[in-house]
Amino acid sequence: MSDIHALSGAYAMDAVDDIERARFEKHLAVCAECQAEVASLREATGVLSETTAAEPPAALRDRVLADIATVRPLPPLTTPGATPEEARRRPGRFRLVALAAAAAVLAAVGVGVATQPWADETSQAPSAAELVLSAADAKSTSLDFDDGAKATVVHSDSVGKAVIVTEKMPPPPKGMVYQLWLDQPASGMVSAGLMPIEADQTMVLEGDAATAKAAGITIEPAGGSDHPTSKPIALFDFGESA
Amino acid sequence: MDHLRPVPSEDPAPVDRSAEAAPDLADLLRRSGRADEAAFAQLYDATSRRVFGLALRVVRDPAQAEEVTQEAFLEIWRTAGRFDADRGSPLSWLMTITHRKAVDRVRSAEASTRRDTTYHHENQPVDHDSTAEAAHASLEAHRVRGALATLTEVQREAINLAYFGGYTHTEVATMLDLPVGTAKTRIRDGLIRLRDAMGVGQ
Repeated sequence: MSDIHALSGAYAMDAVDDIERARFEKHLAVCAECQAEVASLREATGVLSETTAAEPPAALRDRVLADIATVRPLPPLTTPGATPEEARRRPGRFRLVALAAAAAVLAAVGVGVATQPWADETSQAPSAAELVLSAADAKSTSLDFDDGAKATVVHSDSVGKAVIVTEKMPPPPKGMVYQLWLDQPASGMVSAGLMPIEADQTMVLEGDAATAKAAGITIEPAGGSDHPTSKPIALFDFGESA
Repeated sequence: MDHLRPVPSEDPAPVDRSAEAAPDLADLLRRSGRADEAAFAQLYDATSRRVFGLALRVVRDPAQAEEVTQEAFLEIWRTAGRFDADRGSPLSWLMTITHRKAVDRVRSAEASTRRDTTYHHENQPVDHDSTAEAAHASLEAHRVRGALATLTEVQREAINLAYFGGYTHTEVATMLDLPVGTAKTRIRDGLIRLRDAMGVGQ
């Protein structure tokens, strides 16, 4: 049990800042004990609201019901990670992009950010992700966007894999997908799979992360592309990771 | 396909307040996940006092509390199909969404208006009962207050400031003159005690 375990109570009632939340969620992904504890403590915080119940204005009901009538419920979660596009070895270009530019793209795309209280407790996280996240040589690089979205890539040379953890990721534009890439010195940008459209997720990148110099995300037409057709909205340099 | 009936604005049957914790919330969520607007209306009627009350307690401004309630219910509608009964109760799921929305609201407001203002404890360790007066005096609320009374003073204040005040544990530590890192322990210990006293989350 690590020291971070003590944060479970504060996390369960949102009494953490963004950095602590990201750190704790990384830990949650691999700690079944914390997952169970957070779930049970949320039952406790849930009953607290019994003491503050108050009648909302009647007009609010109409507004809420009018709201939802125009919104399609999300499909249930099925197999996490989906089937990533088969990686194809096609050289591509990849240039460092300023964080500001990346943030601008994400902000422009960003609507309807979802909060999934339990999506962070990835008990169904693939074991490959757990291997990477718990590897002794795991290195992580995080990017924060102005709209509150966050993406962290953790890679382990010993496991040879990289994992991306996103939080509050806005959906891509209609008809588009987020595609992941690994920058391989020998062959350039190689597809590492398509991200399921999910605000908060943990996904293993396809391909050998040990040889890659960087990972990136681009916005591609549905189905993905053989090589990046747009500038990356995020780039995670493995060389400079902390 | 079922024909969707318009939702009556008058209660066809009296709303049973105790239905808030009734097990059929899970069923209402499941049906909402299939875009059943009538089921969602029932869900709203069963839980809106809890959702709005918590939002109001955290953000304090009634107009903003309405907005937070609206955002929370929209989120609940969108993600209802992803509710997983194995991971917790429907009510806890609803309140987790609501609380996060409320906290995001006060923190972003704070970021834009209050970032440079320092606060100290005269900045109101809020009296727990101030808005509770207006709250529905249910048996359940009585039980919760009883359970809260078994906490130590510091645990209770820390939980109060964190949950209803929307402050981070670091801010709570400063407000209560606790060493940094202590408030999170008090919050966790207090929540565990509350959980066990209420017999939830088993």
